[in-house]
Amino acid sequence: MTRDPVLTFTPHGIHCPAGDFHIDPWRPVPRALITHGHSDHARPGHGAYLATDLAAPVLRHRLGDIALETVAYGERRRIGGATVSFHPAGHVPGSAQIRVEVGGEVWVVSGDYKLEDDGLSTPFEPVRAHAFVTESTFGLPVFRWQKQAAIAAQINGWWRDCVASGSTPLLGAYALGKAQRLLSLLDPGIGPILTHGAVEATTQILRDQGLRLPATVPVTAAVKIADHPGALVLATPSAFGTPWARKFGPVSTGFASGWMQLRGVRRRRAADRGFVISDHADWDGLNTAIHETGAEKIFVTHGYTDIFTRWLRSRGLDAQVVPTEFAGETLDESAA
Amino acid sequence: MKDFARLFTRIDQSTKTSVKVAALAEYFATAPDEDRLWTIALFSGRRPRRAVTTTRLREWAAEAAGYPLWLFEEAYPVVGDLAETIALFLPPGRSDSDRGLTHWINMLRGLSHVDEPARKAAVLAAWDELDTTSRFLFNKLITGGFRVGVSQKLMTRALAQATGRDEAELAHRLMGAWSPDDTTFHALIEADDPTTDASRPYPFCLAHGLDDAAQTLGAPEDWHAEWKWDGIRGQLILRDGDHFVWSRGEELMTDRFPELARAPDHLPPGTVIDGEILAWDGAAPLPFAALQKRIGRKTVPKSLLREAPVILQAYDLLEDGGRDIRALPFDERRARLDRLIAPLPQDAPLRLSPSLTFTTWQTLTDARATARDARAEGLMLKRRAGPYLAGRKKGEWWKWKLDPLTIDAVMIYAQAGHGRRANLYTDFTFAVWQGNDLVPFTKAYSGLTDAEFRKITTWVKKNTLQRFGPVRQVRPELVFEIAFEGIQQSPRHKSGVALRFPRMARWRHDKDLSQANTLDDLKEMLRLYG
Ligand SMILES: [Zn+2]
Ligand SMILES: [Zn+2]
Repeated sequence: MTRDPVLTFTPHGIHCPAGDFHIDPWRPVPRALITHGHSDHARPGHGAYLATDLAAPVLRHRLGDIALETVAYGERRRIGGATVSFHPAGHVPGSAQIRVEVGGEVWVVSGDYKLEDDGLSTPFEPVRAHAFVTESTFGLPVFRWQKQAAIAAQINGWWRDCVASGSTPLLGAYALGKAQRLLSLLDPGIGPILTHGAVEATTQILRDQGLRLPATVPVTAAVKIADHPGALVLATPSAFGTPWARKFGPVSTGFASGWMQLRGVRRRRAADRGFVISDHADWDGLNTAIHETGAEKIFVTHGYTDIFTRWLRSRGLDAQVVPTEFAGETLDESAA
Repeated sequence: MKDFARLFTRIDQSTKTSVKVAALAEYFATAPDEDRLWTIALFSGRRPRRAVTTTRLREWAAEAAGYPLWLFEEAYPVVGDLAETIALFLPPGRSDSDRGLTHWINMLRGLSHVDEPARKAAVLAAWDELDTTSRFLFNKLITGGFRVGVSQKLMTRALAQATGRDEAELAHRLMGAWSPDDTTFHALIEADDPTTDASRPYPFCLAHGLDDAAQTLGAPEDWHAEWKWDGIRGQLILRDGDHFVWSRGEELMTDRFPELARAPDHLPPGTVIDGEILAWDGAAPLPFAALQKRIGRKTVPKSLLREAPVILQAYDLLEDGGRDIRALPFDERRARLDRLIAPLPQDAPLRLSPSLTFTTWQTLTDARATARDARAEGLMLKRRAGPYLAGRKKGEWWKWKLDPLTIDAVMIYAQAGHGRRANLYTDFTFAVWQGNDLVPFTKAYSGLTDAEFRKITTWVKKNTLQRFGPVRQVRPELVFEIAFEGIQQSPRHKSGVALRFPRMARWRHDKDLSQANTLDDLKEMLRLYG
């Protein structure tokens, strides 16, 4: 008799037959386990949610009044015939890999992850598994990240140059995760930090959870740039070029994303500066993480799936692409 | 290379012209002469002779990085640029050199004289010694296509700022057939009497597209009108008994058009004419396709000379009796041109581009509608009192093109784009009906917004019938309006026609499959406009 695999890939997303739950499903299901609060993983409309206690406040903020249960990292839960636990993914504060064990067989779903300790998120922990479902957003050797201290120096250098030349640096980053990471890297000695509403809301939630972040000034209608000499403005990229951005006078624009590694992307965004910093693993990070799970079965999702799968196969791993009709992710440069 | 890399980074990082020019001017003010000369050369489209093929570069890069070649080939379309792919694909270099731009160029030039193992060793050593940006620039020196968002015009402006010389005069000095091999920075830029190069052309005056109504230009009598020809812009130079033909892209084309070798029989030395090179049937221009056969050939077989003879359709005079007359008003230059050309016999390889007389803008608007009958692509308007300016200056010359031809077609194949668009399907093949069959007739890959390409990408993934490598055959369902500038017969295409500048004008959500055009419609367009 053959038994069900621990996880299957359905039109609703990743499903566990033994526990009858889904992980990061993209269509409404009765029971969803959520790796982290980004909108391509945490969607509205599910019957019940399970996530880490560190991810909960953001989930509530984004999804409203949901039936949410929380667990601590490493805490085991029994759901039907499956045992599940959440382990740090290092992607954003509260983000998790989800470990599912059925009858002694262990599968791990990575969600989004990175290996570098960003000083805010609980650092990535390798989890031994028989099968590993990995993202592959930057699954090509042309994506290699520098240490975040080097990028911090670039960003602060740019800020200083802007102050010297009388323009306001306008730095674009995703509201959850990247924005707070940048905040922690900025040097408040240079000047005040102004924030866009979307960035400020998430930042405040994470502050309330005990994350230590520098002081910020939310940009309200009453805020005048002249009252904040030397300021840097942190905003979501969607705020660029809008009437909101006009109040800052002459600006120098910067984007912070892994995609800034590519000159073509930098030029298309028409930003003055591109900073290569990502909350996703780079090529070496992906390979290291996969190696450390010890898994011989790898499922590749979210990114350069075909190429990365072929690469893993050439390394002797049993790798396959997770079938998905979900096409949006890698195009969302700002999120990476 | 570090100074040059810093210059490149500053230019590349900014979207502001003033910042780019300032960075260049600063570089020109401080860099050593040999590096300055090479920088001018690179920014005006010159480069060292290619010493290594791109095939070898790919193989060496994959090998040096320790990855299979196929992985490199997959990364290339994502990055979109070979030099950049190599720079990023290789692990960071192990040593750190600060040799200058000219050192690396000389090193590359030396490679033509050594065998392949030595070439490979030199290139690998260079990669290992340069940081990512310098490595990218080094690769660009090999592969060419050195485009950094700085036109020759901006480079010239920066040079003018750095040297305190007149910009127009510098632009003229930089024209022509010089190479860093046979000149010096001093001779090219500073010497009082720049080597009197008989072949040196003048910078071309370029027209802006007219988007508003012609009425906005003011009084009709202030403007000269003529057809806008669909040929190759050329400058014919007659000096010291010699003749030279330059393209707008500053390419010397003298040998490609032997017909013009007879020009010195008809015109005095010290004459420079601006005009359009056209394939000519004795009375009217031949379709662009005829000229196209000539463009690629450095030497022209006799049969082709008979089949597609060329003439220069003259429309401006820049040098008269050895004097630069570009500052004179257009009317005066044109009158002098008329006096030179009008008396020439029928078989001379030069003709005057006829002036169109008009007294009201309405007359001219009507004339424009008949441009295709004259085998022209629209009208040119030139301010009668205006001087001949270098480059694209607003207000003197306007091109007023015909609206493009359009046809509704069905998408049948899709292929992913490059670079940032590597995850989007952006390159499509379109078909029209022939009975119950769809016959492919053109490809197009531009004209839609990113949002539309995203929608189509999702659709393509769900509607793939078959895959052929990177190409997907899709369910024939989506209809697009294809706009194009011209149509010609083409035995190489299944449909028998080839389009000029096809692009997607819009996605016809309102039309279903059956409402697309037919091959007969295309053939009718060929008959009318081909
Ligand atoms: Zn995420
Ligand atoms: Zn994600």
